Amino acid sequence: MSETPKAPRWTLWLPLALFLGFVALVVFGLVRPKNNDIASQMIGKPLPAFALRAASDDRPGLASTDLAKGKPRLLNIFASWCIPCRAEAPVLEELRRQGAQIDAIAIRDHKEDLAAFLQRYGNPYASIGADDVSAVQLAIGSSGVPETFVIDGKGIIRYQHIGDITPDQVPEMLAKLKEAGQ
Amino acid sequence: MLPEIGLGMLWLAAALAGLQLIAGALALTEGGKGLAGIVRPVAIVQGFLAAAALLALIWCFVETDLSVKLVAENSHSAKPLIYKIAGTWGNHEGSMLLWVTVMGLGGAFVAAVERRLPEPTMLATLAGQAFVSLGFYAFLLLASNPFTRLSPVPEDGNGLNPLLQDPGLAFHPPTLYVGYVGLSIAFSFAIGALVTRQVGPDFARAMRPWVLGAWIFLTVGITAGSYWAYYVLGWGGWWFWDPVENASLMPWLAATALLHSVSVLAARNALRAWTVMLGVVAFSMSMIGTFLVRSGILTSVHAFAVDPRRGSFILALLAIYIGGALLLFALRAGTVSEGERFAVTSRESALVFNNVMLSSILGITLLGTLYPLVTEAFGQKVSVGPPYFTPVSAMFALPMLLVMLVGPLLRWRGDTIGRVSPVLALPLVVMLASGGAAFALGVRHALPLLGLAMAPGVVVGSVLPLRGRSLRRVPLNVWGMVVAHVGLGVALFGMASDSAFSIERLVAAKIGDSTQVGPWQITLANVAPVAGPNWTAMEGVLKVRYAGGAEQVMTPQSRTFWAPLQTNAVSALLTRWNGQLYTVLGEETAADNGAPRWQLRLWWKPYVPLIWIGGLLVALGGGLALLSRVAQDLKRRKVREKGDFRRGEVAKLEQGR
Repeated sequence: MSETPKAPRWTLWLPLALFLGFVALVVFGLVRPKNNDIASQMIGKPLPAFALRAASDDRPGLASTDLAKGKPRLLNIFASWCIPCRAEAPVLEELRRQGAQIDAIAIRDHKEDLAAFLQRYGNPYASIGADDVSAVQLAIGSSGVPETFVIDGKGIIRYQHIGDITPDQVPEMLAKLKEAGQ
Repeated sequence: MLPEIGLGMLWLAAALAGLQLIAGALALTEGGKGLAGIVRPVAIVQGFLAAAALLALIWCFVETDLSVKLVAENSHSAKPLIYKIAGTWGNHEGSMLLWVTVMGLGGAFVAAVERRLPEPTMLATLAGQAFVSLGFYAFLLLASNPFTRLSPVPEDGNGLNPLLQDPGLAFHPPTLYVGYVGLSIAFSFAIGALVTRQVGPDFARAMRPWVLGAWIFLTVGITAGSYWAYYVLGWGGWWFWDPVENASLMPWLAATALLHSVSVLAARNALRAWTVMLGVVAFSMSMIGTFLVRSGILTSVHAFAVDPRRGSFILALLAIYIGGALLLFALRAGTVSEGERFAVTSRESALVFNNVMLSSILGITLLGTLYPLVTEAFGQKVSVGPPYFTPVSAMFALPMLLVMLVGPLLRWRGDTIGRVSPVLALPLVVMLASGGAAFALGVRHALPLLGLAMAPGVVVGSVLPLRGRSLRRVPLNVWGMVVAHVGLGVALFGMASDSAFSIERLVAAKIGDSTQVGPWQITLANVAPVAGPNWTAMEGVLKVRYAGGAEQVMTPQSRTFWAPLQTNAVSALLTRWNGQLYTVLGEETAADNGAPRWQLRLWWKPYVPLIWIGGLLVALGGGLALLSRVAQDLKRRKVREKGDFRRGEVAKLEQGR
């Protein structure tokens, strides 16, 4: 058998190194307390101007001017393909029942998928704008789905919640909303 | 009494796994040779004990023995028998018991029939199998005992999640599990080969049928799971890139790569270290997938009951087994030479390309699945979905399919592209023609267009290795390859057609209303209540006509289960040769002047069943290849026995003289 030039020895350790990286990552994920509070650069700043077409047939689209009509609102960034959003849906419904008005931006979504999502998980939204290229999402300082912003009556961003809202965070979100109304 | 017997058998099986590990390891040393004889019988008995424990648990479910906590939590006396049985593995504990049973029976099967490998490699393999089993026995017995009793005994059980009460799901998880855990045999073979430094064509030939077997089950399991998600979730989609789906896709990708590299090793004694590593990676992906799903570290629609202790336990197992195997690989693979060389244009190179592409898809899938965890480490929670997975995986899959057309036509060791290029003209022309046709039909999105263009070419090109050969004399394993590759083309056509041509309508219809979906005319004739064994439903009666043809009736339902209380839509599907009509009955909406309206979701999906037909063809191709390999092996064994017999006779004659 002909002896062939071998790959350098260190490459043999590569799989193990990658795997140890994976272990470190998940250990971190398992141990780390869940913390969704992040001070956003955008807090205290007005919403960038945008006007999005309607993402679904039975709700209007969303423009930045809709969010500056005197009443504080929640702005939920979501998508039908986003799995945490499914977990968040009943929580948003609960927020709506307790009087929060929720508008939404659907990120890179298709009409049919979104309709299926809303039918299956409920539709707590007053309006849903379609952001097909994440343009608005990036402009308001959101990098993922789901995220929820508290917008005051003048269209100023008051609070940013990253990740899904869990049931125990409902009172906190309502408090933030109330705070923004003062 | 039965649960205690089951638990006892489980402990016994675990003890035997310990014995199998110790005896197998000691038998490899000078002093312990005498122990070699017990390893195989112990492996067989261990497998049967685990199976008996599983049967005991199934019986508890069939009897609805509510004093068993698991039964009370996951079953209900009013459930049909098949779902009582399926309920056994529709939960965490039961599915882990199924896992160790498959693993035990797999080890028993290897111990009973595998005779090709040198005995030390075999002992190391069985010891490795026992070592892995032992961890899962520990997990089962210490952190997820399925036989725990409940006191006081409740009146009735909680029932099974209605989504899981479906015939497809009764068989889909066991099929996938046989695949996942079947890969543990490839893993143990790899360990055995690394320990004894025996990596060569013999090792590859011994390992190949086991890999093929596990791969067939994985293929069928994934195909069935995709169809289940398609018609049960009522979303009209067939793949969601959900972590659980990815968890089944990743081992399949690794096993597919392994399947091809093991062929190179068997035929040409090349790619040694790479094959061994894929053997380790394939089962590692099964374990990582299970961990990601069970630990609750990722949010998924398939979420099992989550217990952080379990997550840590599985993680510890992962660290020991995968870390250990990769450490062994790092230490030993350097002493395994890479084997024979080959030219850039050769069948080996095409297979290497295929391996690199499959591994890349595996890598990007793993990255996408883990990405939410990575960003969470930096304080952000995100979800990665189809907008990432679909184009990025297609970027690797499409070139791979092109090379798949060329590879089987090339000779081993070295070839020229000039020799095969005249043959390749045919699939290329087919691709251009079908791409043009799709464009003319108005397909403008890049991926569906590429898919529609390539799929017919892949089908035609996959048959090319048969050209100029007498079809009756083509070996069965070549047929297997052809059928599997054709299956990929067929499935690709279904996928591309679904995204290019699907038509969806969402209507709020009054009784008597008609609507048009593509060529279909659909009338809502009636909505009436119906009842089943453990549910009631509103059933819509739809009268449908295809292009003015004969009237057919479809009955989608909106079912309410009472144990546990949950509503879900049961879609009705109508399959024609050229596609599927998919109907879902939604909620009753606000009545206007007395007549209620019903939400109807209607899809016409041209050629969508080809996705699953293609998947099954791929599995069938694997089956043919497996059949051929097993037949070859039996023949070889028979010839060898005959030779031994003759030699014995000759020796006798010599002595008698």
